[in-house]
Amino acid sequence: MSRFLVCPPDYFQIDYEINPWMRRANGVDPARAAGQWQTLMKVLEQEVGAGLERMPPVPGLPDLVFTANAGLVVGRRALVSRFRYPERQREEAHFERWFREQGYEVLTLDQSLYFEGAGDLLGFADTWFGGYHQRSDIRAFPKLSEIFQREIIPLELIDSRFYHLDTCFCPLSSGDLLYLPSAFDSYGQAAIAQWIPEDRRLAVPEEEGVRFACNAVCVGKQVVIPADCPLTTKLLEDRGYHTHSVQLDEFMKSGGAAKCLTLALD
Amino acid sequence: MTASQETVFLQGHIIDSLILAKVLDTILMMGGTFDLQDVAIGTTRDATSQARIVVRAPSGRLLAEILQAIQPHGAAVEREADCRFEPAPAAGVFPEQFYATTHLPTQIRLDGEWVEVEGMEMDLGICVDSAKARARTIPMGTVTTGDLIVIGREGIRVTPLARPTERDVFGFMESVVSSERPHHPVIADIARRMQKLREWYRQGRAESKVLLAGGPAIVHAGGREALTWLIETGYIQLLFCGNALAAHDMEAGLYGTSLGYGLTAGRSVPHGHEHHLRTINRIRAIGSIQEAVRSGVITDGIMAACVRREVKMVMAGTIRDDGPLPGVLTDSMMAQQAMREEIPGVGLALLVASTLHAIATGNLLPATVPTVCVDVNPAVPTKLADRGSFQAVGLVMDAASFLKELARELGWRP
Repeated sequence: MSRFLVCPPDYFQIDYEINPWMRRANGVDPARAAGQWQTLMKVLEQEVGAGLERMPPVPGLPDLVFTANAGLVVGRRALVSRFRYPERQREEAHFERWFREQGYEVLTLDQSLYFEGAGDLLGFADTWFGGYHQRSDIRAFPKLSEIFQREIIPLELIDSRFYHLDTCFCPLSSGDLLYLPSAFDSYGQAAIAQWIPEDRRLAVPEEEGVRFACNAVCVGKQVVIPADCPLTTKLLEDRGYHTHSVQLDEFMKSGGAAKCLTLALD
Repeated sequence: MTASQETVFLQGHIIDSLILAKVLDTILMMGGTFDLQDVAIGTTRDATSQARIVVRAPSGRLLAEILQAIQPHGAAVEREADCRFEPAPAAGVFPEQFYATTHLPTQIRLDGEWVEVEGMEMDLGICVDSAKARARTIPMGTVTTGDLIVIGREGIRVTPLARPTERDVFGFMESVVSSERPHHPVIADIARRMQKLREWYRQGRAESKVLLAGGPAIVHAGGREALTWLIETGYIQLLFCGNALAAHDMEAGLYGTSLGYGLTAGRSVPHGHEHHLRTINRIRAIGSIQEAVRSGVITDGIMAACVRREVKMVMAGTIRDDGPLPGVLTDSMMAQQAMREEIPGVGLALLVASTLHAIATGNLLPATVPTVCVDVNPAVPTKLADRGSFQAVGLVMDAASFLKELARELGWRP
């Protein structure tokens, strides 16, 4: 059974602006956010059949809810993130403590190497892809490659709206890829094309890319995707995936959706 | 003279991700150039690749901009260290780990500053002055105890030659030596360059001297008149040769023969084999070539032209020499040093029909000096081209044909 680390949005709000989506003036409706989050959990647990590990929220850390950025978990080893912005660096200790308490072997990178966890490192069984330039430092990838013995293809993120790889790139089971081509330059697109055959690349239309169509959670043939992405939903259904659409617009105010709110464990 | 440069290191899955291509393209698109060094490709899927890249730009400011642009893609500037040096342990002996020079422009880092090494020449050491502000090349044999000699490879930069801006035969950066190559366009380019250099020399500009290093085949083959004309009309400012070129040139003047063969009839003349010995003996009796010309004993030919035009001659002797003529340096280290002292200011070197003097001169020349090597034996220009200089042109042809065509191109009408 797939398991995810999640964190309830008790203290989720827009306290600062560190990506183009965040506007302090565009405040979060706490009750609505809580409702959307609860719906997502219900879908994951009851419809997808995933297991959930809830970590306690912390006052003053609004983005702790985006557990995808806690780090990277492979087996019983957890590599804790090093955030680029001081606003989120305060989350590191809490994620690290949770991993330790759960008995994970905790790894860290050099303090100078920014790496924002599963938000910027996604992939298939043998080959992983690492997003860099917006948040994570490309120099982190050779170290991760060495630690986890995986090939990591760095992809430059050229659009500040898609500041983490998981906002524009979503590997699916069966080797398919859901992605937003315009978030990558020609080198990145060529590298993606080299690794993933054309018939396995599902290009998300621009208007759904900005509605976080790529910020989806895939478990087997089930895909949980943000609401209002009909074309992407059709793309997935045509490929044989079963989709679950969840309204997450309160979290999009902060630049995140389904994938950002979960961290795959195991 | 050297453009700004910095070495960066790139590591990761840089090949398949096209990150290396992106970094190199960025350097070029921004107006820089690069040299890829020490590229190691990962041999398994999870093994990373590495590349060391020397980035160059026409200015320090542009270099900084390029480095800033490639840094986010993982290109990290390598920490540069000062160069290391040690005192020479004895006279004529370098420290064990001495750095051996190339003929390319070289800089060393002293107290954080990059200093140009003066007197670039291959196969020497580098000596740092006591104030640690200047550096120059130094031959092994001339080092004195305690001289500070550069050791190891840290803090040393060697700059490959940039493609010359002139679009003549020297600008193609090729070192193909072929007897089938058409000679005429090459010689025409050399002539154009010599015209320009003569003008520059008259204006007192730097690096405007034309050096000719030649062997006696110039005289045997019938190139004497053409070379004499080139010297007399001011196209050559420096002559390197041995005992033989001078002896046979003056033999031709005194007896009309070269090594006993009548130069006009082409037959050996009775007792002709003695002519060069009698010539050498005569000059020895007079005391010097200069005096033989001034006193009217030698009136024509290469030596006479050199004396009259005050062309500097360095004559280096060998173990098979007869005589030798006065002025021939028989200590080869002294001869080498005398040649070395004349190299600064040379803007073009013509190495004609002498294996010994061509190679010796080639070894003394910095890579920045355009060099032409002419020999009937392809081995000589090939050996010279193998020095890796981009500005060396080899011509497989006989000395007289070369000199005559060159002189004609410059206006000689015999």
